[in-house]
Amino acid sequence: MMIGITSYGAYIPIWRIKRDAIQRGGAGEKSVANFDEDSLTMAVSAALNSLAGLDRGSIDGLLFASTTFPYKEKQNASLVAAAADLRKDILTMDVANTLRGGTGAVRLATDLIKAGSVKNILVAASDCRLGAPGSNFEHLCSDGAGALVIGSSDVAVEIESTYSTYNQMIDIWRADEDKFIRSWDERFIQSEGYVDAVQNTASVLMKGQNLEAKDFTKAVIYAPDQRRMEEVAAKMGFDVKRQVQNSLISVIGNTGTASPLILLIAALEDSKPGDRILWVSYGDGCDAGILRVTQGIERLKGRKGLKTFLASKEYVKDYVTYLEWKGILKRERGPGKPLQEVSLTALWRDWEEVIRFYGSRCRSCGTIQYPPQRVCTQCHERDRFEKIRLSDQRGKLFTFSLDYISDPLDVPVVLSVVDFDCGGRAVLTMTDHQGEVKIGMGVEMSFRKLFFNDGIHNYFWKCAPSRTS
Amino acid sequence: MHERICLGGIMQGLKDKVAIIGMGCTKFGELWDKSQSDLIIDATQEALEDAGIEMKDVQAAWLGTALGGLLGMRLARALKTEYIPVTHVENLCTTATDAMRQACYAVAAGAFDIALVCGFEKLKDSKYLIAGGMEAPDSTKIEPIIPPATGYALAANRYFHQYGLTPEEGKETLARIAVKNHHNGSLNPKAHFQKEITIEQAVKAPMIAYPLGVFDCCGVSDGAAAAVITNANLAKKFRDDYVLVKSIQLVTGAYQRPLQNTGDFVHFEESVFASKRAYQEAGIADPRKEIDLAMVHDCFTITELIIYEDLGFSIRGRAKEDVKAGTFELNGELPVNTDGGLKCFGHPFGASGLRMMYEVYKQLQGKAGPRQVKNANTGLTHNLAGTPRDSSVCGIAILGRRE
Repeated sequence: MMIGITSYGAYIPIWRIKRDAIQRGGAGEKSVANFDEDSLTMAVSAALNSLAGLDRGSIDGLLFASTTFPYKEKQNASLVAAAADLRKDILTMDVANTLRGGTGAVRLATDLIKAGSVKNILVAASDCRLGAPGSNFEHLCSDGAGALVIGSSDVAVEIESTYSTYNQMIDIWRADEDKFIRSWDERFIQSEGYVDAVQNTASVLMKGQNLEAKDFTKAVIYAPDQRRMEEVAAKMGFDVKRQVQNSLISVIGNTGTASPLILLIAALEDSKPGDRILWVSYGDGCDAGILRVTQGIERLKGRKGLKTFLASKEYVKDYVTYLEWKGILKRERGPGKPLQEVSLTALWRDWEEVIRFYGSRCRSCGTIQYPPQRVCTQCHERDRFEKIRLSDQRGKLFTFSLDYISDPLDVPVVLSVVDFDCGGRAVLTMTDHQGEVKIGMGVEMSFRKLFFNDGIHNYFWKCAPSRTS
Repeated sequence: MHERICLGGIMQGLKDKVAIIGMGCTKFGELWDKSQSDLIIDATQEALEDAGIEMKDVQAAWLGTALGGLLGMRLARALKTEYIPVTHVENLCTTATDAMRQACYAVAAGAFDIALVCGFEKLKDSKYLIAGGMEAPDSTKIEPIIPPATGYALAANRYFHQYGLTPEEGKETLARIAVKNHHNGSLNPKAHFQKEITIEQAVKAPMIAYPLGVFDCCGVSDGAAAAVITNANLAKKFRDDYVLVKSIQLVTGAYQRPLQNTGDFVHFEESVFASKRAYQEAGIADPRKEIDLAMVHDCFTITELIIYEDLGFSIRGRAKEDVKAGTFELNGELPVNTDGGLKCFGHPFGASGLRMMYEVYKQLQGKAGPRQVKNANTGLTHNLAGTPRDSSVCGIAILGRRE
């Protein structure tokens, strides 16, 4: 049985900050999640991109890996699964606390499929790690998500073999009460941690398969920084210029747990059938895999991969805005109303409306209505509706207003009346708006956090200007 | 859509069945030293004195407040009524008009000879700029917490787009409405804001919700107003210049605008229905000619612009021409918001409809001082609750001089 990647999807927030804006002299830039994004919302975006064109009913599991889950108790994967409109009778699991979580989840998915208990599993990895202001991590750590669908039919990238090791050293860590990640002496942790583990683990795997560096088209190796990664690749015999996937640190930064998936997707976008790829992650040890690209890769070409997200970018206004978005600097809410209490009973009752973003379509007259109704607004027929998912619908802006006073984090709040191309309408907030907001502009839906209050992340959908034309 | 009203059938209108024999209105504004009870007592006292009666003559009372908390008992406790029925009415921004409507029905039905209607709102006891407290406890809070200006800006942007107004042209048209209402308010000692403004000031004012700036928005004020009503047959026992209720209509939307792609955001169907029914009930064929003055719900300047069209004062899409021609100014063809409107009075929800009726009542009696409109025989009041992003409730009253 051939098991491997059957689909992929990435998500990089539209926002970037130049390292020079963080501290003078810094080079390159990194991706920044908007104030209404977190690892969970980005995972939803990546998952939805990986599911494009797939039958969502065929997904039997969702593994969500991150070191920055919004909830410490309350499974984050279940919310991602709900927002991605996956079946309710599937395996969901959070894979926490290590940058190796994404690759570990892929190995787990592969073995579960091999065991025969599931057919297709979606693995999402997402992170928004924080470096303390002034630290090197502040320059490096960035935000993004990657998703892979693992299955045994229509395989685009076969997972030929895997091998894992762990190390117990404390090199990079964050305790439960810490906001920022910490590290020990740089030279020590790189040479005795990263370089050692990557080299030894990958070598054992390659040797076991009787493969040498020259047998690989590309090596995709997690990089704490570009130079260290090149150093370890060279030690293993790879031609750094020709064979090694760039770390993307100069353009998006280090996306943590998402990084190995994002880098693999970057490599797959340029791959062709027959390519052999070495895939290595690092974090408290090392997961290594040997992948083989099949004819199936052609089917995935042209989808919304990483390149779309690298190309579409805007710059955060300034460093202060960045600090506000990250919650490091908090502004007074001002004269607007205080945050409201979410009724969890109502949220439970309305979860398909709120999380799955279902509207209703009248079976009598066809009118699509959001939020879902019991009595049709058009023909007044009662309880004759079918559900319609609006999260993957595009729409056009019918009218809008720009509110300059309601939310100090979001100036202006763009209240939007969106007419869906499929019919129906919703009143939503627009996020990631840049440039002129105009009646008639195209928008797509994006899962976002409206606010955080009483320990509850209140997620809902917003509209956003289309990132693909 | 079916027009279900059938005057002349079983249903009978209110026309000429009920008379207003006394009215009161407090000064509106930031009344830091006034409590809810003070507002109820002050407005009611003026109305009772105006009617020449005492509290003990009142047989039933209706209290309108949207955010003042539950309990009609607030009125009883403040005024020390002696075991009469008191009903609390809440209907968003149309609260006062609806309280009046219900009292009128009770009097017209012959249940009571004399009834009191009092509406108040004490908004400035809250520190927030945005009125609050209307959210249902069962909400998932997925709707953004935004002030009404943000909702009405949806209509403004669409209106400019649909009728091809440039942003400059649109802003100037709206500014003229603000300038007009501020002029009228400058002549009214009961208004919260009594200063004239210029078009330039209005256009350049800080932005609240584009395209609406500070001067496109009404203020936040405290205030109360009250009316004493009786059966029209009894009215002349109290005074000669009583004012007759010609019609009161209320229309509630059912979320059609945000649910249906045909919702155009440039008109309020609720206002159209309510005005049609009110004109029918009052026997008005040509509102622009037959109505002598109107107090309309200018919570925002764009609202007043759209109301001109919804009430049939202006041709659809062409209200700006009437604005420019001065049609609705104090000396114009059909003066609108002669007292300064919500623009100068703010909008204490429970009071606004009665505050409007107070102005019409005084105008019809010829007691409006420097704001007096010549030959004022028929006046209209109009309230619009909700915002374009959800649904509206429209309350319209038409009052007339006795024959």
